[in-house]
Amino acid sequence: MFGKLSLDSIPFHEPIIMVTAAAIGIIGALIVGLITYYRKWGYLWTEWVTSIDHKKIGVMYFLVALVMLIRGFADAIMMRTQQAIAAGGAEGYLPPEHYDQIFTAHGVIMIFFVAMPMVIGLMNLVVPLQIGARDVAFPFMNNLSFWLFAVGVILVNMSLVIGEFAKTGWLAYAPLSELKYSPGVGVDYWIWALQISGIGTTLTGINFFVTILKMRTKGMSLFRMPIFTWTALCTNVLIILSFPILTVTIALLTLDRYLGMHFFTNDMGGSQMMYVNLIWAWGHPEVYILILPAFGVFSEVIATFTKKRLFGYKTMVWATVVIAFLSFTVWLHHFFTMGAGADVNSFFGIATMIIAIPTGVKIFNWLFTMYRGRIQFTTPVLWTIGFIITFTLGGMTGVMLAVPGANFVLHNTLFVIAHFHNVIIGGVVFGMMAGFTYWFPKAFGFTLSEKWGKRSFWCWLIGFYVAFMPLYALSFFGAMRRMQSYEQTEWQPLMIVAWFGAVIIACGIACIVIQLVVSIRDREKNRDLTGDPWDGRTLEWSTSSPPPNYNFAYLPDVASIDSYWEMKQQPGGFKRELATKFEDIHMPRNTAEGPILSLFALLFGFALIWHIWWLAGLGAIGMFVTFMFRIFNNDTDYHVSAAEVEKTEREYHKRLEMQA
Amino acid sequence: MATDTIKQHDAHAHDGHEHHDAGAMKIFGFWIYLMSDLVIFGTLFATFGVLANATAGGPTSQEIFELPFVLVGTFLLLISSFTFGLAVLAQNAGDRGAVLKWLAVTFLLGFGFVAMEVYEFHNLIAEGYGPDRSAFLSAFFTLVGTHGLHVTFGLIWIAIMFFQISKRGLDSVTKPRMLCLSLFWHFLDIVWICVFSFVYLIGAM
Repeated sequence: MFGKLSLDSIPFHEPIIMVTAAAIGIIGALIVGLITYYRKWGYLWTEWVTSIDHKKIGVMYFLVALVMLIRGFADAIMMRTQQAIAAGGAEGYLPPEHYDQIFTAHGVIMIFFVAMPMVIGLMNLVVPLQIGARDVAFPFMNNLSFWLFAVGVILVNMSLVIGEFAKTGWLAYAPLSELKYSPGVGVDYWIWALQISGIGTTLTGINFFVTILKMRTKGMSLFRMPIFTWTALCTNVLIILSFPILTVTIALLTLDRYLGMHFFTNDMGGSQMMYVNLIWAWGHPEVYILILPAFGVFSEVIATFTKKRLFGYKTMVWATVVIAFLSFTVWLHHFFTMGAGADVNSFFGIATMIIAIPTGVKIFNWLFTMYRGRIQFTTPVLWTIGFIITFTLGGMTGVMLAVPGANFVLHNTLFVIAHFHNVIIGGVVFGMMAGFTYWFPKAFGFTLSEKWGKRSFWCWLIGFYVAFMPLYALSFFGAMRRMQSYEQTEWQPLMIVAWFGAVIIACGIACIVIQLVVSIRDREKNRDLTGDPWDGRTLEWSTSSPPPNYNFAYLPDVASIDSYWEMKQQPGGFKRELATKFEDIHMPRNTAEGPILSLFALLFGFALIWHIWWLAGLGAIGMFVTFMFRIFNNDTDYHVSAAEVEKTEREYHKRLEMQA
Repeated sequence: MATDTIKQHDAHAHDGHEHHDAGAMKIFGFWIYLMSDLVIFGTLFATFGVLANATAGGPTSQEIFELPFVLVGTFLLLISSFTFGLAVLAQNAGDRGAVLKWLAVTFLLGFGFVAMEVYEFHNLIAEGYGPDRSAFLSAFFTLVGTHGLHVTFGLIWIAIMFFQISKRGLDSVTKPRMLCLSLFWHFLDIVWICVFSFVYLIGAM
């Protein structure tokens, strides 16, 4: 009846898990209680859950990402604590099978459920506004993408309490992830969480690719698009081309595990090398999917806060395109040691080093933009400068790893860990935090506390260096990654330093939370009615904050790069005048089909993990029927009447005048 | 061609609204989806290429492929692509009856193809040459089966289109959907030509 699922699946004997579960339960109950007490369920359902408004979907992505950041960080600090203790015969407090789950969960969560939703969340919030559009190309699909992603999040968190998570590392290398070596449900949780959320990501890629190519406002040619939109475009191309590879790879592993096939098994002709090739053919583009939008954020931030047009706009665009292209030519550098031979290794080594060239172009563009600019040292600028230094360093250790000879020494050591945290924290996290601070007022209409933002930045920056520089050093002494314990007591001092660095980062995360609380408390004081708190350059700043659901009462006309800035520079400047004539605006209607379909997807995934076949069938039928409802639903859009648009616009202008 | 037609129609229907090209956008989006689907097939072809000789003592491709049988299925699918083309021509002419007729014919041909594939798979498994016999067979069943699943979804989609067009006729909702389905169907045909050439023809040689 319940497949492999029984009461024994819940690890009652693990105090750490049980305490965590209890804490999640209490917090969850508290939230549910509060929502019920304030009678907000209807509001949540109509305004958020079923919303197809790209801005709200963006906010939801980012919110989930911040929550998951805390979960992923909890894993991180547990690992650092374990390694700080478990030296010279000491076993620490985490047994190997638990420790292995933690490093797997940490990687999976941080990449798929923190970095990805932050990137996609920002894209959702910003891209349509930057190109002067009223929504994305396929609004229902956008909502569905979000909820499919949410299913992945839920499955990963379920694995904490019901059953176990994979012990294989975040990419679940075969044959370790095959049934023979991982008979539990851990890998199955990994499979279905990634498969379902990955399909959501592919849909997002298609959606935004079409949005950017087809929905730009009048006059916005490709080479007038803001840089963030350009990086988003390249990221979506990478998503469309690479995520299907992940889908297939996971599907093949699924077939091995569920139907006894032999794609990656040890016996019957399976090829483990193929798994590693496939997973990295997706995996390497994936890191550029994450970093390119971060580059876009930095470009916007640096141009805005130096009050200069970005230096070398075209070279920036081409550098982005070249990086996107090259990202498909380097995947083998993740496994130089597997013996592909000297020729192949040198090709991929050189290809990898070549990526440093367009990246260097970008670094110099940012530096030259700042050169002789009037830099305002706001929080987003601090993140950007911290990024330029940290990322350059991480890039250089990347070039070191790209040398096959050196790689044979460094492979699977803490050097790799230090390198990719160097570029992911210094690049993606700093970029997303910069974007978060920069665009937050656009989404909510008030600015975030600068004081707490800066504190967060300094904690993250210092914490990063304290946590990861020791790992570079340790790797030269031979410290491998993923060690549950180690013999060498002389490594312990540096491990303790690294633990201390993680604690400083914890302060940085706490500062983000405090920043949010303080800023929401003081929202009236920090209210921005102009919609343009930073004296911005691109179209998203030309509308009110938060923008009305139709974004622009009139679609703007674009005549140049940074067109909104140019409008403001004209004699007399840009005035937020009330239009004299309004027209009906065609908008998509909210829909419950996305969340309902995803709920069935959750049942489907959960049932397959536990081999509850009837429930999986039910889930599949439920998904199909819900989709049919969508197809036969004729009531998918409506017109916001001219009168309503006028009312909204008038109210906004009244508030503007009152402030003036 | 077909895309242009829909664009004009919708422009008339909505008086040049900013959403006047919603149908065209859908079709463009569907093209992009097909490209991502192509990556799925490309990856499966690559895995088949890697594992084609990994027979693990089991049967080789020469021993199990029956070219004449597969050729019949191939022609069923090729002809179904032609009949779908006729359905789209009928749609452009605004002839709902003919659209439904050609959809029905396409469905039957597609169904025949899937039935033959199921028969082939059934026979192989009955002889003990199932996908769990060797890596080669895993790759073969998965590549061909993924195509077969796509065709099956195409059949379900044809059935839904048939129902929807007979219910609401050819309008701004059903027409772009028909064009997307047509793209999907022809796409599967092209993929099958690759399957036939690279898997069956080369495998039987």
